[in-house]
Amino acid sequence: MYGWGIIKTLGMTLYHFLMTYVEDFRAWIGGIRKRTATSGQEEPSSGIFTIQYPNERRDLPENYRNLPFFVIDAKTSQLRCTACGICAQICPVQCIWIERAKEPETGRPRRYPVTYYLDISLCMSCGFCAEFCPFDAIKMDHDFEIAAYRRPGFVSAKDLAKPESYDAKIHPSDYVSKAQSQPEGQTGE
Amino acid sequence: MSRQSRTDAVSWLPEVPPELQSSVKLTTLDQVYAWARKRSLWPMLFGLACCAFEMISTAASRYDTARFGMEIMRASPRQADLLIINGTVTKKMAPLLVRLYNQMAEPKYVIAMGACAISGGPFKEGYNVVSGVDRLIPVDVYIPGCPPRPEALLHGILTLHARFDHESIRDIRAFQEGQDKGIPEPTLGPDLVNWRDLEDLAGPRKENG
Amino acid sequence: MVEMINDMPAEVWRELDAHFPGVLHPAQPPERGDAASYPQGGEHRMTHSVSRSVLQNRPRYEGVLVHARHLLPVLRFLRDTLGYVMLSSLTAADYPEAIGQLAPHIDVVYHLFRLEGGGYVVLHVHTSRDGAVLPSVTPEFPSANLQEREVYDMFGVQFEGHPDLRRLLMWEGFDGYPLRKDWREAYYEEEHKPFRSRFPDGGNPLYAEERTPYHANIRYSQEFADSPVQKEEDFSEADALLYARMLSADRDSDKPLKTEEMILNMGPQHPSTHGVFRMAVRLDGETVQHLEPVFGYLHRCHEKIGERNTWLQNIPYTDRLDYINGMTNNLAYCLAMEKLLGWEVPERAEVIRIIMAEFSRVVNHVLAAGFFSNEIGMYFTGSLYALEERELVLDLFEAAAGGRMMFNYMRPGGVARDLPPGWIDRAKALVHERLPKKVKQMQSFLLDNEIVRARSVDVGVLSAHEAVASGVSGPVLRACGVPYDVRRAEPYGIYDRFDFDVVTREHGDAFDRVALRFDEVWESLRILGQALDAVPEGPIQSHRLSPKMLIPPGETYARIEAPKGELGFYLVSDGGANPYRYHIRATSLLNLTPLSALTRGVKIADVVSILGSIDLTMGEVDR
Repeated sequence: MYGWGIIKTLGMTLYHFLMTYVEDFRAWIGGIRKRTATSGQEEPSSGIFTIQYPNERRDLPENYRNLPFFVIDAKTSQLRCTACGICAQICPVQCIWIERAKEPETGRPRRYPVTYYLDISLCMSCGFCAEFCPFDAIKMDHDFEIAAYRRPGFVSAKDLAKPESYDAKIHPSDYVSKAQSQPEGQTGE
Repeated sequence: MSRQSRTDAVSWLPEVPPELQSSVKLTTLDQVYAWARKRSLWPMLFGLACCAFEMISTAASRYDTARFGMEIMRASPRQADLLIINGTVTKKMAPLLVRLYNQMAEPKYVIAMGACAISGGPFKEGYNVVSGVDRLIPVDVYIPGCPPRPEALLHGILTLHARFDHESIRDIRAFQEGQDKGIPEPTLGPDLVNWRDLEDLAGPRKENG
Repeated sequence: MVEMINDMPAEVWRELDAHFPGVLHPAQPPERGDAASYPQGGEHRMTHSVSRSVLQNRPRYEGVLVHARHLLPVLRFLRDTLGYVMLSSLTAADYPEAIGQLAPHIDVVYHLFRLEGGGYVVLHVHTSRDGAVLPSVTPEFPSANLQEREVYDMFGVQFEGHPDLRRLLMWEGFDGYPLRKDWREAYYEEEHKPFRSRFPDGGNPLYAEERTPYHANIRYSQEFADSPVQKEEDFSEADALLYARMLSADRDSDKPLKTEEMILNMGPQHPSTHGVFRMAVRLDGETVQHLEPVFGYLHRCHEKIGERNTWLQNIPYTDRLDYINGMTNNLAYCLAMEKLLGWEVPERAEVIRIIMAEFSRVVNHVLAAGFFSNEIGMYFTGSLYALEERELVLDLFEAAAGGRMMFNYMRPGGVARDLPPGWIDRAKALVHERLPKKVKQMQSFLLDNEIVRARSVDVGVLSAHEAVASGVSGPVLRACGVPYDVRRAEPYGIYDRFDFDVVTREHGDAFDRVALRFDEVWESLRILGQALDAVPEGPIQSHRLSPKMLIPPGETYARIEAPKGELGFYLVSDGGANPYRYHIRATSLLNLTPLSALTRGVKIADVVSILGSIDLTMGEVDR
């Protein structure tokens, strides 16, 4: 019959619309805990829910990455960065500037940065710096609420520094496995 | 923060007697105006690059910009008042982008979404890439990320909403006196020629310290 | 007689050599175990031995070198006698310095394939850098049309006999040919990354614009800078050329009714052009007389930046090519690198790669159908259903790779991260329960709908012959009845182990192109079902990667069946840490080659229907 396809298509839209109420009704009658946007998203059978964003947010997966942050070591209360420069070499957009410290009298390089700048307006959040850092000094952040009225630009590592406990919170399994595999006091080369 | 500033703004209003408080509310025109604008921002249906797909995801059912009164994406700039620059602005696109901006209805707002729109991002060094859309048109909110998540875009839109609370009707460009000629369009010569910077063309600018 | 080292079959070489005696010269095979003696380091060095006049043998460089005057006969012979009908990729590489006795030259490279499958035949043609002229192959091989324009745009090679040799990506009047090695852009800092100013003395960072005299990403020739002239004209030079072309092309002289014509610009800002794509249309009433696509509004200089990046740094850039299918772009690039390196990939990584690639295909095809419905006037409704499924797949991608769209997931020799615990179960639930149900629903409401059928059946019919000649690939090609799929024709990864069919349709109209995508989703779900059951334990990476990894000199062309079609990477390495040449054979661009012919004589409303059924991503079209 001509037009049956159109009716079917319209019917499907209507079905979707009505099912939102049926879902609510079932939850109310059955006394089931209403699935919220954060908990019910992984259950793929009956669709996804609108996330009421400012009030409700999804749990981000551990691997999620958005702009790097620098880890402050819990033991030394210092940045872990040793100014080895690997992140500056691997960064595809070259948004990292490091000045390595030197001993004033001999001019030999020291193992910490004098300045460390990162241009967050360039960063493409590829995660290479965190992946190749041999000291776990730079990690990828989960914080995406960074909209601003002014053009973001160079940020120094100190402003992007976050404590080790924050790293343990957002990267739980990675943190545990690193802690197990790395012997105490290892600094690496 | 926005709530705080709102109470600050109305502190000079006369006090309403207690017996009338159930039926009389005093407010300022600015507040009504801000309230109305917050709930009827119409973005332009304008996709440039990768971030456009995150914008489409934001408009779709999971993140749903309709909750903020902006479900209608207008394809015509004449009917839109929010321009979301979602992707790399190339030099070839630059004159058209400025034209689109000039055609939008006042009061208009611009969100630079993602690294490319802010500064050229990963493609900044490219010979056909404009290093930041704020070199062409004024930008109100910057959202870093490559691309920003849909939530990050929503946060940017909420940041723009927060801005309305601080704005007065008197400061809006559309209500100012004088003819608004719009932004002069750059043209494509041997490279992108921005006629606003004509004086620069006469000779390389001195290094500013 | 020399043994061929590339995928070119020996009998092809014998045939060619017999037919063109003394004209063609193969590249010499490398000495086995000689890899250690290759020059290492960033300098452009190539060991070579020049044979006769312009003919040159370069170790590890593939294919045969043809003199320009023999190019067309050789191509015709390959096409008509040996069955190499698909001129798939045409690009160039610039060698600005003399290599031994070989003068500086531009090397134009042609890759040809057979419909029956198997490897490629590569032809190299050299031309001098000053006044570079080559015969155009476009009149006989329409697939070269856009690619020759691109080579003209980027390298300044004139193709004699090309019907419409205008710049493709940049505008007419742009100063210089950007992909020549001696052309430098305004933000030029150093030849190769990593830049030396970043470490160890990067204490005083500067924005790139602070370094250039104009404080922007622009650079002019000195004459223009001394006296800039603002021309008073209606159109720019590029548009004037375009409109001249519009008015002259496809002119129908014996039209019975003389009506006024109109030139209409669709795009670059248009709701149904998939981004910043512009079509200039010459209309007679509502009938399209000629359509001219205009490219370059999203030309992000991918290849120039790619030649400056190190090998690894290019991986996240490939995500931004076809930004719906970052996974397959990663895969194609990593396969190309592995071909040059000769690396193996661990079993687990192979299976993970296939899972990711097939999920990407499902998302792309469902989304393509959704946006097709958007374009024919359903507005956002169809896409909403597609985007819902996409979100669920993106959740999986995000859990594994860390990004929703930009994955940076594949590496040469494996993948970057292992699958998180529980990932496979979630994927299985999606593949076995939700996706079949939803895809079926979408398929039925879209394909059975009378309005959709009325708008797409018999619209934009592409014949199989035209399709092959004009270089289209992927679903667009298979919808014309050509069972050509790189996964079968030249299996990569472990695709030869999976049981799936290469589906085709017969009519080659817009409806078939959309319907075929749904057929392919079912095949992808079949592959996913098999792959998810067969994920072995084990390592995910075979080699330890270093930031400045070196790749032995040589050239290669690796291709995969990306969701949109054949995606190829042509890489040339000079043994350094950066690609010497990095070319992307963009599926979406090549699929647009027949657009002008397809839309001739249709109604203006059908143009969006045809464009939507071709399924393009501007990031890949313009790169």
